[in-house]
Amino acid sequence: MHDKSVAQLGEGLRDKQFSSLELSHCFLDRIARLDGAYNSFISVDEDAVLAAARAADERLAAGTATALTGIPIAHKDIFCTNGMRTSCGSRMLDNFVPPYDATLITKFNRDGAVILGKTNMDEFAMGSSNESSYYGPVRNPWDTTLVPGGSSGGSAAAVAAMLAPAATGTDTGGSIRQPAAFCGITGIKPTYGRVSRLGMIAFASSLDQAGPMARSAEDCALLLNSMAGHDPLDSTSSELATQDYCSQLGDSLQGLRIGLPREYFGEGLAAGTASCIEAALKELEALGATLVDVSLPHSHLSIPTYYVLAPAEASTNLSRFDGVRYGHRCDNPVDLHDLYTRTREEGFGAEVKRRILVGTYALSAGYYDAYYKKAQQVRRLIKQDFTSCFEQVDVIAGPTTPGPAFALGAKSDDPLAMYLEDVYTLAVNLAGLPGMSVPAGFVADKPVGLQLIGPHFAEARLLNVGHRFQQATDWHTRRPASATGEAV
Amino acid sequence: MAIEQNEIEKIAELARIRIAPDQIGQVTGRITEILGMVDQLQAVDTRDIEPLANPLDAVQRLRPDEVTEENHREAFQAIAPAVENGLYLVPRVVE
Repeated sequence: MHDKSVAQLGEGLRDKQFSSLELSHCFLDRIARLDGAYNSFISVDEDAVLAAARAADERLAAGTATALTGIPIAHKDIFCTNGMRTSCGSRMLDNFVPPYDATLITKFNRDGAVILGKTNMDEFAMGSSNESSYYGPVRNPWDTTLVPGGSSGGSAAAVAAMLAPAATGTDTGGSIRQPAAFCGITGIKPTYGRVSRLGMIAFASSLDQAGPMARSAEDCALLLNSMAGHDPLDSTSSELATQDYCSQLGDSLQGLRIGLPREYFGEGLAAGTASCIEAALKELEALGATLVDVSLPHSHLSIPTYYVLAPAEASTNLSRFDGVRYGHRCDNPVDLHDLYTRTREEGFGAEVKRRILVGTYALSAGYYDAYYKKAQQVRRLIKQDFTSCFEQVDVIAGPTTPGPAFALGAKSDDPLAMYLEDVYTLAVNLAGLPGMSVPAGFVADKPVGLQLIGPHFAEARLLNVGHRFQQATDWHTRRPASATGEAV
Repeated sequence: MAIEQNEIEKIAELARIRIAPDQIGQVTGRITEILGMVDQLQAVDTRDIEPLANPLDAVQRLRPDEVTEENHREAFQAIAPAVENGLYLVPRVVE
């Protein structure tokens, strides 16, 4: 059962081939046996899983099931779950049990999906390797000496190792797409505002977006159908009507114009990754698409722009962690100032503190125009690059990452080297566009991801391209030996 | 832009984060590197470019000024480090 797609599992459940209880036991058992090697989960509440599975089985028996009823789904530990610890990968929230559900969780509950557990992540989603988690690093199922990518590394590893059929992630600068690429799975970051941010612990509010991570584009579409939609409780949530994200999956790619930004194929791109991407593009061409050279002339500015705006927003958002209302509080504070400063010294890790300090600096008196306002102006130039491109093409394609997964520890002491990991993904968040990563081959047994970028609200088009690509290739069906080399 | 150690101390104070004295040098070094990278932006011509705050250029939605939420004080305070009689407790501020 563990290697089946969400679509297949849904059919099996509705045809009574197996129950949600059996399915849930299967994944709980795999987590218990295998996750010691990956550390992809922070919390698994077995009793809650089984109770939700029983409720789903009743709904399946009553004939009121949806596409996701009874399907176990792992959630990044950034989404608040009522009554279940939500740590955000931080000591600051190690003891935080939210009194409410994130809207995304409410929607999955409404559809009868089972919360399988909460997955490991970089602390407050700040990182590209999952090494900044308070709960220790996650290991890549393809090679446990490698990082899984981040910040949604636990979700990516769990899906790749078949510890969960699908998972949720969040993406502020690449945190769904980069770990999806490193772990050989499919992940989509929807348009900014497509999925509610309510109850998703905030990092950078003008960039954060939640999305699905699964083993195929089709499964991502099934999850997105449940997640997407307007939320009156999130003032940045889009009021634009959603669509059935499965409805266009099979459409022909004949005549589709795919833009190849020359800046995404130049210096810095590893040769092996480039070969995989070129082969994937030939495949799309064979499916009827036309390849068009385009340019995103400001793309080299996305790293400096992001590393002003994201820390600035983070410094504001993370000011709420004060040791007064919830979360960590230091022992024996001598006064209120000591309570704040020591609580935050102890509760936050090094990268989170760095970003708060950079953000505080960028927003401080005398520097605001030089940093924050300047970065917002360049952000508009970056967005305009994409607007011009989408006058000529329907989709933009390129690599998700400059190279495949790297060794644990290789970049953890060098923030600037780590920031370069997101060179092809950051601009998509700055422009608020949907972006997707699809498995596109291997370099020395390490997965490579093809990135697809669409105009605002073109999620269905990206999923269509991903699905047709996956019908023509088998990269997304490859499984890591560490997760399959056992008697089933 | 080079940043002095005393500026980092000032920023840390604004951000209410204590930095241990033996780490301040390293933190200053890292932040200097990051700000150095960010300085690329200064060379970009952004005259007449409107800053972009929301990627969809959306504006704040308004709703009627009506009470729509219930009071959840007990649930919220149940997870607080210290409360008494419905109030959050902190060290004494005024003697």
